[in-house]
Amino acid sequence: MHTNYMLFLLFFSVAPWRPVVGLEIHAQINSNSKIFSGSQVQFIAPPNSLVSFFDASLPGTLPVLNRRCVEAAVMTGLALSCSINKKSLFDRKHYFYADLPAGYQITQQRLPIAVNGNLSYTFCVGAKQSQLVTKNVRIKRIQLEQDSGKSLHNDARSQTLIDLNRAEGQLRVDANVSVHHPGEPYGVRTEVKNINSLRFLAKAVDYEIQRQIEELENGGTILNETRTFDYKLGCTIPMRDKEGKQDYRFMPEPNLPPLILYDAKSLPANIGDQQVVNIDWIQERLPDLPSVKRVRLVEQYGILPEHSFTLLNEDGLMEFFEDVVRETQMNPKKVIGWVISELLGHLKQYDLTVKESPVNSLSLADLLNLLERRVISSSAAKQVLKELCKGEGKTPLQMVKEKQLELIQNQSELDQICQAVMERHQEEVMEIKAGNRKVLNKLIGLVQRATERRADPILVKQILEKKLSQ
Amino acid sequence: MWALRNSGCLCAAWSWGRSRLARGTAGGRQTDQNPEWQLEEQKLLPQKKVTMELLDHLERLALVDFRNWEGVERLEKAIQFADQLHEVNTEGIEPMDSVLEDRCLYLREDNITEGNCTKELLQNASQTADEYFESPPDSLQKAAFCKLRCSFFAGENLVTGNIPLPKLEEHESFLQDSN
Repeated sequence: MHTNYMLFLLFFSVAPWRPVVGLEIHAQINSNSKIFSGSQVQFIAPPNSLVSFFDASLPGTLPVLNRRCVEAAVMTGLALSCSINKKSLFDRKHYFYADLPAGYQITQQRLPIAVNGNLSYTFCVGAKQSQLVTKNVRIKRIQLEQDSGKSLHNDARSQTLIDLNRAEGQLRVDANVSVHHPGEPYGVRTEVKNINSLRFLAKAVDYEIQRQIEELENGGTILNETRTFDYKLGCTIPMRDKEGKQDYRFMPEPNLPPLILYDAKSLPANIGDQQVVNIDWIQERLPDLPSVKRVRLVEQYGILPEHSFTLLNEDGLMEFFEDVVRETQMNPKKVIGWVISELLGHLKQYDLTVKESPVNSLSLADLLNLLERRVISSSAAKQVLKELCKGEGKTPLQMVKEKQLELIQNQSELDQICQAVMERHQEEVMEIKAGNRKVLNKLIGLVQRATERRADPILVKQILEKKLSQ
Repeated sequence: MWALRNSGCLCAAWSWGRSRLARGTAGGRQTDQNPEWQLEEQKLLPQKKVTMELLDHLERLALVDFRNWEGVERLEKAIQFADQLHEVNTEGIEPMDSVLEDRCLYLREDNITEGNCTKELLQNASQTADEYFESPPDSLQKAAFCKLRCSFFAGENLVTGNIPLPKLEEHESFLQDSN
């Protein structure tokens, strides 16, 4: 009876849920002019000043594809290990909204420029953030498309203002979330919009996964809907009214022929260079990808893998580090600590980027050289760096002299001070001579205090030990 | 928009197209006297009935107005007209999605050549505010789009104007009438 009851309880355990998350990332291409017109791309500009007749969808205007945008898409595809489609097509995606004057958006729905890539990423886990975990994410497709305009809502005046400049949000993401039991088909997905940072992306996805699991476990169903993320409440809310599924009536863009890309083998003879986008040419000119750079840093400088991640994650930090290494005699394995723990720590405190650092690589190298030559102690160097980061424009040497941080190198001066300390602390001297070596540190500390920390602790220890052995 | 004529004209147009394909450049003749293939009029597919949901869907998507039975009838005839395409045997033939498919897509150099015509652009707009176009707020946009809707039943001429989206009851009544 008892056994049967136990088995009964086991059957009640709920099958595990597996979430599936798809991210739709909109990245603005770094180009001078727009994808289909010759108007300028600029982040901040007076409203509607960067708008051509085509951008305003005036009748009779036609799209003309920007070569630079094609190259950017190919580069992105290659960097993400995608297959580049040598033939890709443009389509119209129709919907009505005030910031879409044409009533459709030109996109690549049927056959995008790149497909089936992947991205390997590594992050630090563990108590000391020293364990590295590598994961892989699939890239389904990369497509070129038009950006919509910007609408500003002034609810107080019941006003919506439209600016067709575009080029506002440089990186945007929408998350698609569904859950299912392993082995079963995927569940219904919802789309979550209005996510403005990586932190909120994580929150939104986590919330939506939980919401869906709870809904399904309570016997409910998930609607294929669009939801918006409310960052104040930390939850997702249904967005559109019940119109049913959006029907975008995709159709081929009649004004744009297929986009054909070439490689070294298929280069056509009769088309001018300007009209040809050569995938192999672009591949050759791809800069080193981060994974390659990280391996090189570890091999060349002997730093730890997790350091290489930090160097690449901060804009300009890798170059800064390499510049310092070049200008100093200090071992790179020691330099890295100064760059990551000390300098970067100060920059973060003042909310500065590496480019905005008040201490440039030469300055830091100078400081580290002073330390290497034992002109100053390690703690003095830290102090100087902290002061330099305040941005008063002094050189390390100036700061050292100003604060009188130079280590006392004079042997006889140190000798005298040590002798004086020993004479004043006979008890401790006796203890050390009796065998308690730990008390030596106390004497060293006393010498440091007497010299206002300007005594080289290693020298002090040598002198004291010599005297104590006498 | 489709000014729908009777389907006899369709056959003529169809065989004309085929003969151009067969001969390459046609020297000005409009119809082929000996078409290789002809659509049999009797084989016209049965009329598909248009449901209320479809009407509603189309009205929202395309901003057209089918407010009475004449409009619905035209719609059904239009569908029937297009359905004739199914009669053509396209087995083993790659779909053509653009007459430009054998052309080179021209690529433009990434230079700034236009823009800076805010005044000109705004002068077309009925409502502006400080160099912005002004549009009704989201809640009223549907009503605004109704101003763009055009009538599907007005014969030769298109009628455009403020045509509000019909209520569900209106649909029901005239659909029943057309039966």
